[in-house]
Amino acid sequence: MHDFSYAAARSLEDAFAADGAASMPIAGGTELLNWLRLGIAAPERVIDLAGVAGLNAIAIDADGLSIGALATLGEVGEHPQVRAHAAALAQACLAAASPQIRNRATLGGNLLQKTRCAYFRAEAPLPWGCNKRLAGSGCAAIEGFNDRHAIFGWTEQCVAVQPSDPLVALAALEAEVTIAGAAGVRSLPVAELHLTQAEAAAEGLDPARAETRLAPGEVITGYRAPLRPGARSAYVKVRERASYEYALVSAAAVIELDAGVISRAAIALGSVAQKPWRLAEAEARLVGLAPTRDSVLPVLRGGFGEARPLSQNRYKIAMAAGAAARAIVEAAA
Amino acid sequence: MDETPGRSRLMLTCEVNGERVATEVEARVTLLDLLRDRLRLTGTKKGCNEGACGTCTVLVDGRRMNSCLTLAVQCNGRKVTTIEGVGAAETLHPVQQAFIAHDALQCGYCTPGQILSAIACIAEGHATDPDTVREWMSGNICRCSAYPQITAAVLDAAGRMEGQGLA
Repeated sequence: MHDFSYAAARSLEDAFAADGAASMPIAGGTELLNWLRLGIAAPERVIDLAGVAGLNAIAIDADGLSIGALATLGEVGEHPQVRAHAAALAQACLAAASPQIRNRATLGGNLLQKTRCAYFRAEAPLPWGCNKRLAGSGCAAIEGFNDRHAIFGWTEQCVAVQPSDPLVALAALEAEVTIAGAAGVRSLPVAELHLTQAEAAAEGLDPARAETRLAPGEVITGYRAPLRPGARSAYVKVRERASYEYALVSAAAVIELDAGVISRAAIALGSVAQKPWRLAEAEARLVGLAPTRDSVLPVLRGGFGEARPLSQNRYKIAMAAGAAARAIVEAAA
Repeated sequence: MDETPGRSRLMLTCEVNGERVATEVEARVTLLDLLRDRLRLTGTKKGCNEGACGTCTVLVDGRRMNSCLTLAVQCNGRKVTTIEGVGAAETLHPVQQAFIAHDALQCGYCTPGQILSAIACIAEGHATDPDTVREWMSGNICRCSAYPQITAAVLDAAGRMEGQGLA
């Protein structure tokens, strides 16, 4: 690891000095330390946010659920009120990483983790092209091993997916992320925090490197999720081993039932794009259906018309539709 | 902001296995490297050095963490427990006794991390049945694949500790 200096933030304002380049914020550090080892980040200074007071609270009030950015995945996942009122989020947190990582990793940092693409996560200097690591160097995955990569929103420059589990649950719960910076505090829907490569290109940004709408010096301070009366939710993660593994695909479902049929549905998919992927049209067509696999699966499969699978990941279409169906069934149970 | 002048060397004060440690350390040094290279506590092992194997697991303020994913300076003012702080040659910890009784190791490289993780798993209340133990011990990889014996040892130790009022 290269040499860098360390500063402990004592206030939120101190954190705004972290521009994401020369100065990187650190909270749990479970992701940042590996960036430093691989050369994904090479800051002159890290700014430790752990000492900033008031950023780790988890509370429910009339407006819904609020979670501070420094709450750990373990704390969120095992919180009785989160489990009771936002089950998908608790399940997503406990499906992420391992118990010891969840004791360090924070909900603020988790959403800012980077892709698990093996071409991206290699030690510098890279022996292959990766536009995310080095602009203009190419994308080794698009013609290489791309079974774990995107089916939505990718461009020729990059086909990476965002691997966060809690992000998918927060998107289906229609949570907002609160962001603070020197210019003030703002919030936006969690589902709009990240950009697909195609969205970045459409906005004139680097499609491989522009991954979020955070500006330099802005930090995530927390999340707010509305808790609709009667809403029930579940998170389903499909992976190659039963625990401690990243998702092949995942799905979060938040549904409401009226007289045994779905009256409202929000579905978000994970590991299919560089952002949580909402199935907006399919959600509307789920209304009026019984929450059973046979009933919802044809509608969910119809939600993949825009999918553009790569040479090795066509399986994700059927797997993601199936995961979404299972999430609906488990939410209704 | 608390920032040490100079470049990257900071004073670190913490407690390791009940003993006060005050040392100067570079910001980039992980807790794992501090323990092994500076404090000569080589019971904590370095496996993958990227958070994938769990063999570097220690307790920080009683909670299990990967010491390879923790900067030493992030432990300022905290209490760290390593395998050297668990049990003694004549009075082994119940988890150590159970690992021996169940033959829960072959090469032994992952064992210090398994023991620390198991102590936390039991304290958290997650050592209730085989499936729950497998899930909550999944952050510790054993390449000799002693998983059935490890699961049995954790459940056995949880029972012994409950009987002794330790869990």
